[in-house]
Amino acid sequence: MIYVFDGSLEGLLTAVFEYHERRPSKLILTTAECYQPDVFTPAHRVDNDPEKADRVWKALHRKLPAKWLRIFYCTYLSEMPEAFRDLFEFCRYIFSNPSGATENYGNPHVLAVAGYARKVEREKHRMEAFIRFQQSSDGLFYCGIDPDFNVIPLIMKHFKDRYADQTWVIYDYKRHYGIYYNLDKVEEIYLKQEDEKNLKLQRDKIASAQEPLYASLWKDYFKSTNIKARKNTKLHVRHVPRRYWKYLTEKE
Amino acid sequence: MSERIREKLSILADAAKYDVSCSSSGSKRKNDNKGLGNGHSSGICHTYTEDGRCVSLLKILLTNHCIFDCAYCVSRKSNDIERAAFTVDEVVQLTMNFYRRNYIEGLFLSSGIFKNADFTMERLLKVVKKLRLEERYNGYIHLKTIPGASEELVREAGMYVDRMSINLEMPTETGLKLLAPDKSHKDVIKPLGDVQRQIIQFKEEKKVIKSVPQFVPAGQSTQMVIGATPETDKDIMHTAAEFYKNFSLRRVYYSGYIPISTDNRLPLLGTQPPLIRENRLYQTDWLMRFYGFHVNELLNDANPHLDVDIDPKLSWALRNLQFFPLDINIASYQMILRIPGIGVSSARKIVQARKFGRLRIDQLKKIGVAYNRAKYFITCTDSPPMFRDYQATQIKSFILAESQSKYLKNDIQQLNLF
Repeated sequence: MIYVFDGSLEGLLTAVFEYHERRPSKLILTTAECYQPDVFTPAHRVDNDPEKADRVWKALHRKLPAKWLRIFYCTYLSEMPEAFRDLFEFCRYIFSNPSGATENYGNPHVLAVAGYARKVEREKHRMEAFIRFQQSSDGLFYCGIDPDFNVIPLIMKHFKDRYADQTWVIYDYKRHYGIYYNLDKVEEIYLKQEDEKNLKLQRDKIASAQEPLYASLWKDYFKSTNIKARKNTKLHVRHVPRRYWKYLTEKE
Repeated sequence: MSERIREKLSILADAAKYDVSCSSSGSKRKNDNKGLGNGHSSGICHTYTEDGRCVSLLKILLTNHCIFDCAYCVSRKSNDIERAAFTVDEVVQLTMNFYRRNYIEGLFLSSGIFKNADFTMERLLKVVKKLRLEERYNGYIHLKTIPGASEELVREAGMYVDRMSINLEMPTETGLKLLAPDKSHKDVIKPLGDVQRQIIQFKEEKKVIKSVPQFVPAGQSTQMVIGATPETDKDIMHTAAEFYKNFSLRRVYYSGYIPISTDNRLPLLGTQPPLIRENRLYQTDWLMRFYGFHVNELLNDANPHLDVDIDPKLSWALRNLQFFPLDINIASYQMILRIPGIGVSSARKIVQARKFGRLRIDQLKKIGVAYNRAKYFITCTDSPPMFRDYQATQIKSFILAESQSKYLKNDIQQLNLF
């Protein structure tokens, strides 16, 4: 049996519910995007059902400590087909064992789910570190990113708490949405294709007059804080992998 | 104006970089007043320099004018270098603008000593107060305590900053006297003790009255210069252990001496900084703080120096083979931590996972154990019996043959035949 769902969290949870309703013997979970029809295996399309999803989510709440709920959510945000499959198997394992089963790192699905979550948390932490705001002439601080995983829901609180006295925008080019803070609350924003292009390619044009001064001061600082006698490029690249250099003012 | 500030920043950042303290962790300061910034309990490294060290704080001196003449320091009085000084306002503006762009996690402010200790400390305090009170800045601040500054000033500064530190400089009093005749460890111990007592006092009061303000929430740290004077690793680590114990320090930093002077009391210009040694000292430090080792187990009169080719945990295990092999499925957490190739998080996972059944080699590998290293010291459900009864020297050579040391490969001058 192949279960095909739409890739949303609601869809995933509905799939878990429907599995427990029908209990097919052998089951593969896949997203509509990755689904390839197979003559020998019947497929079942999972229709999102908020009620069913909600019941599974509540059951998970009862079964899992807060730390594991976050791990579950982070793994979902990795958006990888294998991660969805592991999450599904993880749920089956959790629901068929007494609570506390998450401590069993000998179980491959527990270990895999924890592993994906660690990768997502690492990406989240890197975004918190490597985002570089530029200030526009009307005072808005803006930055575009294209992270490996969908981490915007995870970094929102950090930036809201920290930059409470300035308006800012963080936009995800890959997933075509962003967040905007208006000194009061954070809103999701969607840009038109043209605006998105402008933000990406002409970001220096909308910058304020002060911006080049602070960018060059920062570059100077970065240079003078380096100790040449200790040069260690390998370590440098391990901490700041090349794919993040495009974000960094000091690596321009 | 902008040219002058660029120049000043280059000079004063350059002078501050030999202070290796970089952490921005341990403070949970909240952004309650809708100002700018907050503390992040595990800290954030915003970038890394080409030497691989993290840049988390804007690390600068207020000025590099100094009345002291310490042989190991770039800013010493007799050194012929460019001097500069920031105004209070310049430091505040730099910090705020870097912080707003998410370049930095906070400010690390130190200073050369001009006029006298109190005058310098007052100036540092002005910067800190302006940031906190006028600019409503709640980000991280690490402030150097100026040795010899009055207790009142240090106490007031403690109300605004997250971490304070004061450097031991040389691991022993004799080393310090050799290079900096004006200084003494006593000047360090007194302020460390004062701040420590106040931290405890504030914590006690906080238990009774909730509104007691924070006092140096991220604690204190210190730094020692390694390799400028002929101390053994044992001297260094015993000093560190003592300071950890007496002053509840959060960190002791070890800074490999980088030759900057032609003074004949110091290593020659152009000498390589002792990077391996520094690395081994940090490993020992971690073993003391997170792995339950006592400093005497790692460094004692019989072994006053750390091995260069293997890490201190492995060398302890090789000296104490009577404890091994350990059965992963029954050994205590404390003992599992002592096995080479198993770190804190793998040890925790092992202890949790074995409640659900006996562990096998493949599971250990997936959990994150460096099995090729650990296999000489453990048994588990399906470990083959052949790894028993090797001599320490044999195990060492097996492990060295399999592993690639990041340092040694540059040192071996092996000729290629073909």
